[in-house]
Formats: sequence, structure tokens, C-alpha cells
Amino acid sequence: MKQEYTITVYTEDRVGMVGRLANIFSRRKINIEYLNTAPSEVQGIHRFTIVIQETHEAVQKLVRQIEKQVDVLKAYFHTEEEVIWQEMGLFKVPSESITEKVKVERLLHEYGARAIAIRKDYIVFEATGHREEIDRLVKFFEPFGLIEFVRGARVAIIKKSTGFHEKVKEFERKQPAENFEINSIPEDQSVFSL
Amino acid sequence: MSVTIQETDTKTAQNTTATRRVSGSEAILEIFLKEGVETLFGYPGGAIMPLYDVLYHYNDPLKHILVRHEQCSVHAAQGYARVSGKTGVVLSTSGPGATNLVTGLADAMIDSTPVVCITGQVFAPLLGTDAFQETDIINITSPVTKWSYQITDAEEIPAVLSKAFYIAASGRPGPVLIDITKNAQVQEFDFAYEKCEHIRSYRPKPVVRKEYVEQAAALINSAQKPMVIFGQGVILGNAEEEFRSFIEKGGLPAAWTVLGLSALDTDHPLNVGMLGMHGNYAPNVMTNECDVLIAVGMRFDDRVTGRLDKYAKQAKVVHLDIDPAEIDKNVKADVPVWGDCKETLPMLTKLIEEKKHTEWVAQFKELAKKEDEVCIKKELYPETDVLSMGEVVRILNEITGGDAVIVSDVGQHQMVACRYAKFKKSKSNVTSGGLGTMGFGLPAAIGAKLGAPEREVIAVVGDGGIQMTIQELGTIMQNNIGVKILILNNHYLGMVRQWQELFMQRRYSFTDIESPDFVKLASAYDIASARVEQRDQLKAALEAMVKHEGSYLLEVKVGRENNVFPMVPQGCSVSEIRLS
Repeated sequence: MKQEYTITVYTEDRVGMVGRLANIFSRRKINIEYLNTAPSEVQGIHRFTIVIQETHEAVQKLVRQIEKQVDVLKAYFHTEEEVIWQEMGLFKVPSESITEKVKVERLLHEYGARAIAIRKDYIVFEATGHREEIDRLVKFFEPFGLIEFVRGARVAIIKKSTGFHEKVKEFERKQPAENFEINSIPEDQSVFSL
Repeated sequence: MSVTIQETDTKTAQNTTATRRVSGSEAILEIFLKEGVETLFGYPGGAIMPLYDVLYHYNDPLKHILVRHEQCSVHAAQGYARVSGKTGVVLSTSGPGATNLVTGLADAMIDSTPVVCITGQVFAPLLGTDAFQETDIINITSPVTKWSYQITDAEEIPAVLSKAFYIAASGRPGPVLIDITKNAQVQEFDFAYEKCEHIRSYRPKPVVRKEYVEQAAALINSAQKPMVIFGQGVILGNAEEEFRSFIEKGGLPAAWTVLGLSALDTDHPLNVGMLGMHGNYAPNVMTNECDVLIAVGMRFDDRVTGRLDKYAKQAKVVHLDIDPAEIDKNVKADVPVWGDCKETLPMLTKLIEEKKHTEWVAQFKELAKKEDEVCIKKELYPETDVLSMGEVVRILNEITGGDAVIVSDVGQHQMVACRYAKFKKSKSNVTSGGLGTMGFGLPAAIGAKLGAPEREVIAVVGDGGIQMTIQELGTIMQNNIGVKILILNNHYLGMVRQWQELFMQRRYSFTDIESPDFVKLASAYDIASARVEQRDQLKAALEAMVKHEGSYLLEVKVGRENNVFPMVPQGCSVSEIRLS
């Protein structure tokens, strides 16, 4: 059964990394729903957050192919329940209609939105939340002449994760420490490359 | 994103005592020498001219073979790597020179062959301007390279090239492409070199988990009908001895994939033959009979497994592989033994009980007898006047005694060569397994001869495949490369024709191929040659070919519509293998 998976990839900070990873998906005709890439908590290491709809088996194989890439340190995959995730939306709406017809205070409270730019002709609101929340806000703004809307790629924190600083130290060792978590049974996707 | 190579940069910095001011090009060639490179396959052109200019002075330590098409430089490097165990090195220019490498890279990628390709690139400021002979080769080759990198500054050369050689040859080997802009080739810098031994984002060998080895041993010990299937992993891991000890102690019948061929003596009593579509009857049938299937350094290619949902369903599967991504990719492993089989096989051998499985092994021999009667006899000793490919290979075995390196192209002759050629020594079978690249044979044989000059190298090719890379006769001529070229000419693109006959009601759509007069063509290249059409001349002709000093081309006219059997038709289970 296909379901939503969040794939987290730690990579070296390299030109062309996006392309190498994207190839792994496109080759299998898998559409990437969200892709976020930015520096991680560890200097010099990038973190990719990729969201796809796939079966458990398919995503497991994909993640192994991702980890096989020379410049990838580690890749994980998680279901929706295993991560804390957020999306961000920016909404540009005409000042006139919004101030005249909407109680902006109510909007700000009820949807947790913030006005981040106020101009004579338009206002830019920002909201962060789950996809449905952002979608709800889009619906809300539409009747008031929503000029522009942009959704930020999903970012996700892994509930079980203990961060990447310690792992990097292990990766930097020529031989992994005896007690370090190493390749594990196929079912347990926590680590398999070390 | 920045382009620095952090971890190796610091290393080079520490090593500044031994620096020397050189150009990027000189650095590249110095690195080749430090990496033990002796032979280069390449073709010059605008963007790589600075490197070739310096190569002019390195002609002594570095032997450069000028090929006739860049695709063939990769195939030659592959042939070189496959017989020598060393990394093949390719030089090529930008643009068309670089795009011509793609087929070779794809072949090396899927067949796990260590190759380092250096491509020239336009000056860095011209990148992205559609400059003359500019092409985005890094992106074009990304899916068919294990790793690639574009160098725009000579300072990057030592760190990047040391990584390139390390990555290409370690773990599961593969092709690496390094694109170097022209300015970096001429730029002078302080050169120091240190071999790469570790990359933090890359673990070539997974750590061996003892408990899996123990579980695997327990399964093997409990098995009544164990069967081993092995691939190129045994050869790439230099684990032929370890493998033999393993199967001998356990009394385990062992069958090979096309790329695993020659890792185990053909005549070894436990060698039960070839797997897959045109493999032997017994191992295919027994795959669906065994109770424990032990896969060693192989990847369950669809040509090996046939229909997956009917593949070895009754068996517990133990999978030994160095590449974690291969575990469960096609066939679910009950016990995954990750690691280099050079390490894991001896661990396993220690734990398994000494057994013979006499009755079980005898069952393989029974089935082999059946195959012998229905297919093999008539292929090796035909009763008609028409020459068969099999009898050519049989006589070749008699002459070479199984000591030759056999390089095959792709098609019917390839299957026949793999099925019937005898091998006593590992690294003796060179063929395009995964990609099935027609035209691979001739250039790969050139590389193989250079990789093992003391050995007899015979390219067994078809009349179709040879015409895809026939220009390499020029390379053979110019460099006096003593390869033997055996063309099995059936005047058809035989394998496709066989499928058309069997599955498309004999609609021979564009498989009837005409050939030039190969003998005349060879003589135009100053290569000794002959043609045989009669059985009574065959042996003498093959002997003359093998005995000849230097290169030789022998064309043998074989039956036009002979088929390769047995065959597991596409979409069928391995146990549905057809003998005729």
C-alpha cells in the first residue's frame, strides 16, 4: 500500500547533489512531492527532506540506492507518525478587500497567521502548519482576491533521532567503533551502511 | 554550494613539505604514476590538448593506446580491468568525445568495472555558454557513474583524483568520471599527493555481522538440498580460493552467472553450470528444488531469475554481497551476509559442517545428462554439414586447453561461448553482461590483451557486433596488439532472429545483416586472416589462428538459423526452461 514517506538525507555539501538524488527517483518514475535542501545542524553537511507517496518496500529500496551514493552520509525514511513536520505558506492579498471585509485580528488568531509585510496595495501573511491548515487558509483567502500564494517545502524532525553530530564523528573514523550501531537486519532501517 | 573537498583538503595541506610547482596536466600524469597506472586508452581533442601535450613527455612510463572511437576507449579499459584486476584509465576530450563515453560508462557501471575517465572541458568561464564542444557531461553521465566531479581549479586535482581512484576500485567497483576544464590543465600550482584511504561519506565495505554469518552457517548445516549461485563478486573480491574451500567443505553444488564465469574451474566436480535464460538445465531446474539457496556476489538479474514470483520460493535464501542495496532488491534474503566475500566466505567455511550431499549433487548430473542428450551433443558434434557455433568453441577448448582469455560480444555467440568455453583460471571471461553492449567484444579484447600480454586473448564476436566497433582494427594495427578475432558469422543478428522465430512467427524484421568481406578488410588493416566454411578445415584454421604470432582474424561461417538452447523464455519461471 502506498503511503506518505518522509526521506531524510545527510549529504556532503557538493555541486550536483540535487541532480544525483533526483535521478534516483526519476529513473523509477517516482514523483517527488516536496524537496527541501539546506545546511544541517552540522557544518558542511546538507540535509535533504524529500516527501513521496510509495510502498514501504519501494521506499526501503530507494533509500538504499540513495545511501549508495558516494557523497551521501546517511539516509532515513519515516512515516508521517514518526516525524514532526511543518509546511509554510506565504499569501499575498489585496489590502483593500482584506481590511474591509475581514476581521484581520480573527484571522491572525484563528489560523495562527502573521502579517509580515503591509503595503498600501497588498498584505503578505505567513502561516506554518500541516498541509490541511495551509490549504484551509488558501481557501479562506481566495474569495478576497488572493494574488499570490507560495508553499514552502516540508521540513521534518525525526522523533527518534539523536541528531547527527555524533554520527559524523563515526563516519570520520576509518573503522567504526565496535559498539556503534552498524548494518542491521533489513527490517530495521535505522542504519545499514556503517 | 561550495566546491571544496573538505576532508582531503586538510590532508593535502598537511603534506605541503613535498610540494613541487607543476601544471594541472603534469599533476594528473604524476598521479597516474603514483596510482600504478601503466596503460591509458584515449583520443585527443581540443579541450584535453594541454594534457596530451604533457603526455608527449610521459610516453615512456605511460603507454597510451589511441583508439578509433571514444566508446571503445572505455570498453578497452574495461577489458584491461577485468583481466588484470587493476583500474582502467581513459582520456577523452569534451563534447562529442565525452558523450561517446556514455555507453562504455553504462556498461562499466552495471558490470561493476573499475574505470577512471578523464574528460577535458572548455575553459571554466565558458561553462554554460554553449561554447564549442561544451557539453554537460557530469549531468549526462550521473546515472552511469559511481562518482563524478568537475575540476575548475588545478588545486583540486590531487584530492579529487585520489578520491577517483579510491572510489573506482574499492567496495563494489565502478566507473568514475572527472571532468577537467582546460584552464585547470594549464594552471600551475604547488603539487603534493597523498593516496586517499577514507572518505567519511563512503563505506566501501559494510561491517560484517557475525550473527548473520552464524545464521547462514546454521541454515547451510541444516540443508538437505543446498545450492550455491555465484557471480562476479567472487572475482572482484579475489576470493576464488575462499570460494572453492567453501563449496568443497560443504559439498555444495555451485552454478554461475555469466559474469561469475571462470571464478571456478569449468571441470570442478561441484561446478554445475550456468544460470539463467540460456544457462544449463540442471541449475535452472534445481533453483526451484533446493531448500537453501546461497547467493555469493551476484545480484539476481532478471536474465538469471526469470519470473521472480516463481523463483526459488521454496528455498531459504542466504545472500552474500558487498553492496547493501543489492540485499532484497530483487529476491528477499532470509539471511543477509553483508560484506566482502573475501572476508565472509572464510568465516562461513569455518562454521559449516563437512558434507558431501552425494545424492543431491548426483541429481544435477542426471539432469545434465538429459541436457547433454537433447541439446549439447548436437551443438558440439552436429550431424549436419552446417557448422555450429558450439563446435567452434569446443575445438577452441581443445587447442587452448582452457588457458585463454575469452572475450565475447553480445548475442548468440556470447551465450554459446559462455556455455561451452572451458576455463582453468579466473579473470578469463570478459563479456558485457548487464548492459548487453553489442560492439563490446573487439575493444574489450584489445584492453584484455594489454592487461594480460602473456595470455592468449581471443575475441569471439558475431557478424553484427563486430560491425559496431570494427574501426578498432585500426587500433590493433597501429599498436600491434596480438588479439585473435574469431567471427562466428551466421549472416543474421542471430539472437534477435531467434526470438523472432520463436515468439514472432518468423517475422525476421531487419535481422538479415550483410557483412563486408572480413578477410579482405583484415588485410587492408595488415591483419592476417582466413575464412572457413567446411568442417574438415575448421580445426586447422583455429590452430593456425592460435599459433599465429600477432593479431589474426578468422571468420567462420556457421549455420544461419541455429538457435541457442536451453532457453527460459521471457516471463517464464526458471523451472520452465525449454530444451528445444
